[in-house]
Amino acid sequence: MSQETSSAAALSSEKAAANRQILIQQIIRTVGMLPILILLGIAFQLMSGRFFSPQNLSIVTQQASINTVLACGMTAVILTGGIDLSVGSILAASAMVAVIGSLIPDMGMIGIPLALFAGLVFGLINGSLVAFIGLPPFISTLGSLTAVRGVARLLGGDTTVFNSHLPFAFIGNGYIFGIPWLVVIAFLSVIVTWIILRRTVLGVHIYATGGNESAARLSGIKVWAVFLFVYGFSGLMAGLGGVMSAARLFAANGTQLGQSYELDAIAAVILGGTSFTGGVGSIWGTLIGALIIAVLSNGLVLVGVSDIWQYIIKGLVIIIAVALDRVRSQGGART
Amino acid sequence: MPSAPEQTPILEMRGITKTFPGVKALAGVELTVYPGEVHALMGENGAGKSTLMKILSGAYRADPGGEIRINGEVIHIDGPLSAKTKGIAVIYQELSLSPNLTVAENIYLGRELSVGGQVDRVRMRAECKGVLDRLGASFGPATIVSTLSIAERQMVEIARAIHANARILVMDEPTTALSSRETDKLFDLIRTLRADGLAIIYISHRMAEVYELADRCSVLRDGAYVGTLLRDELKAETLVKMMVGRDLSKFYKKDHDAQGSRGEVILSVRDMSDGHRVRGCSFDLHRGEVLCLAGLVGSGRTELARLIYGADGRKSGTVLLDGKPIDVHRPIQAVDSGIVYLTEDRKGQGLFLDMTVQENINLQVIGRDARRGGVLDLRKARSRALDAIKALSIRVAGPVVEVGSLSGGNQQKVLLSRLLETRPRVLILDEPTRGVDIGAKSEIYRIIDDLVKAGVGVLVISSEMPEVVGIADRVLVMREGYIVGEVGGTTGIAITQENIIALAAGLAHPSAPAA
Repeated sequence: MSQETSSAAALSSEKAAANRQILIQQIIRTVGMLPILILLGIAFQLMSGRFFSPQNLSIVTQQASINTVLACGMTAVILTGGIDLSVGSILAASAMVAVIGSLIPDMGMIGIPLALFAGLVFGLINGSLVAFIGLPPFISTLGSLTAVRGVARLLGGDTTVFNSHLPFAFIGNGYIFGIPWLVVIAFLSVIVTWIILRRTVLGVHIYATGGNESAARLSGIKVWAVFLFVYGFSGLMAGLGGVMSAARLFAANGTQLGQSYELDAIAAVILGGTSFTGGVGSIWGTLIGALIIAVLSNGLVLVGVSDIWQYIIKGLVIIIAVALDRVRSQGGART
Repeated sequence: MPSAPEQTPILEMRGITKTFPGVKALAGVELTVYPGEVHALMGENGAGKSTLMKILSGAYRADPGGEIRINGEVIHIDGPLSAKTKGIAVIYQELSLSPNLTVAENIYLGRELSVGGQVDRVRMRAECKGVLDRLGASFGPATIVSTLSIAERQMVEIARAIHANARILVMDEPTTALSSRETDKLFDLIRTLRADGLAIIYISHRMAEVYELADRCSVLRDGAYVGTLLRDELKAETLVKMMVGRDLSKFYKKDHDAQGSRGEVILSVRDMSDGHRVRGCSFDLHRGEVLCLAGLVGSGRTELARLIYGADGRKSGTVLLDGKPIDVHRPIQAVDSGIVYLTEDRKGQGLFLDMTVQENINLQVIGRDARRGGVLDLRKARSRALDAIKALSIRVAGPVVEVGSLSGGNQQKVLLSRLLETRPRVLILDEPTRGVDIGAKSEIYRIIDDLVKAGVGVLVISSEMPEVVGIADRVLVMREGYIVGEVGGTTGIAITQENIIALAAGLAHPSAPAA
């Protein structure tokens, strides 16, 4: 009898230890790259002495904002095991639409919905190619990367379009309660994405499709609808990015705008710990990833590192950070 | 031929302990294997067999304290390569061949022969031919692996091990995906290898195989060594008692009365065909009955089930529910009409291994439970998960544990409860106890029995004859895509292994007491 109770006690203490272990792993996974972000901040503060000044922090978060918005859509796409290479081009095309729309007399605000709509349509085309024709995401979005870039140039007749009286210029340059609009929009995008991913049926279906596509089909999930949604959402976010960028510049240029933005967005998602094969990841990780990229760009300029070395250092930090994460999470899974 | 005790063991593992954070997977386990013996390793899922074998093959490192000897010498295994060079080879459940390469290339993978920097395919093929001939393979070294059957691929794996001079061969559930004819061939091969002096460690859940092959049998339970039985001591009751630690007097639970609980026809299938694997199959399933679909692997059972469920495209056929034709061309339509399907491929097509137990259990009902706008009802999801964990006695620390970390039996229960949450009227179970330990097996039988008593129609596909005989009220037998016969129910033919096999193999039509 007493032996039984003592073994039961041992069992429950073992169970408690297992629970603690699971909890620790969950915390590590949620926190992810946050320590690296903080360390980078401290390092740049020590080297430059002004990294943590309110002005600079405002600059950093504004620099991060457009990439964060793109990375929100990219997170949903990568969670399904896909990729969206066309976000930079869609951003450029949408920015063109936004500025051209803003030139319509008396109803310039229509540039915003037009740009969002353009982004959504391009995204849905990507989604249709993946969902209905079954093209690999890399290939269909590689195609739209090029084609949509062409559309962006076509829209302005291959020139830069300006509007010095842009009715929604406040988005790019204004503040609300002392916080830049760009930052507010980026943060709202993160919140909306979090709600979709973690609080809706659709979100569960996104994770399920990325985790095991054949099981998802067999359990009756409409996999085509999931694909259509994530690429559509990514396009919409790129459209929003286009509005933000047009609002900041009072102008848009189909050739230069958004060049290689897709790479920064992908880097943010991967830095955030989202698995490239889909099914595992979180939007908070993506936010931290986007901030790391912005902090690096900003900090290296503050410290006075040359443009060339900035590229080399940024690339290396991305590789090392993800490699460290890989090693650590393997250790967690194995031991 | 079998072990002589005074012989030096080829392998001795002593005091092997392995701790994962929070879990002691192995505690002082031992294993002694002699050359020229087939040594069965038994135990429930989660007993530590796989962990022990992973230590032997270098995938895991044991905690310090234990020792491993080969031919009496203490050795250290510090990685898969070092295990290989010491003559240890593992034939995995999930085969580890490159399907796009030839047999010879696979056998030589990682140690290709070369002449002047070029791969010497001619010599590789010639040498492989010798090994393949010795094993009695019906295919040549230049065959592309993807064109081989699972049994043949297994033979390639064995050939690879032999070719690398393995002296200790670990086989983990090698017959799971084999037909009975292929199994017989594999057993002949194992006997040949034993005669050649190899030591074979054979892991299996199937008692019949252990009786047939094993010279000795070691049993693990909850990560501890229970004991080793000699061939003459192998008895079902003894083994089960050692594995489970208790008696399983009533293993196949069948409380429902076959005639009494059977109600009206609930599901009718008419003239179902897919053009090549399933041909013109028709049958009825009643409320409150367990209808088993028996037949050899490849006879079209799984394909038929998938057609009914709308998972694959059909050429002809109708499905009627309560006598009314229903449109099932996609799984979602089947689920909405109350028909669910448990896949035989739990990890590949069933579960979402990265997701939690709670998410898996709720996956097919979150849509129904959701609030407006598709917002999840997390409280409901949690209470559903907790109820299911209790109802099916799923052994798990909590509902937010990842399913991938559970044992096979518990994973299967999670998958089953996901289907049951949809409150199905017709349940199609494809190999419901494959890769599941004895304790969980008997619990799954209990769940089936309860469902039948509640009026659900259950269609079970199973390759395990004792299971079919144990749980079925009626059996349909398939061969080469056709339903070729029926036993049990109103046919007056008894549900026996012999009658089913006769039909499945096309030997005879068992009529009422014939022989």
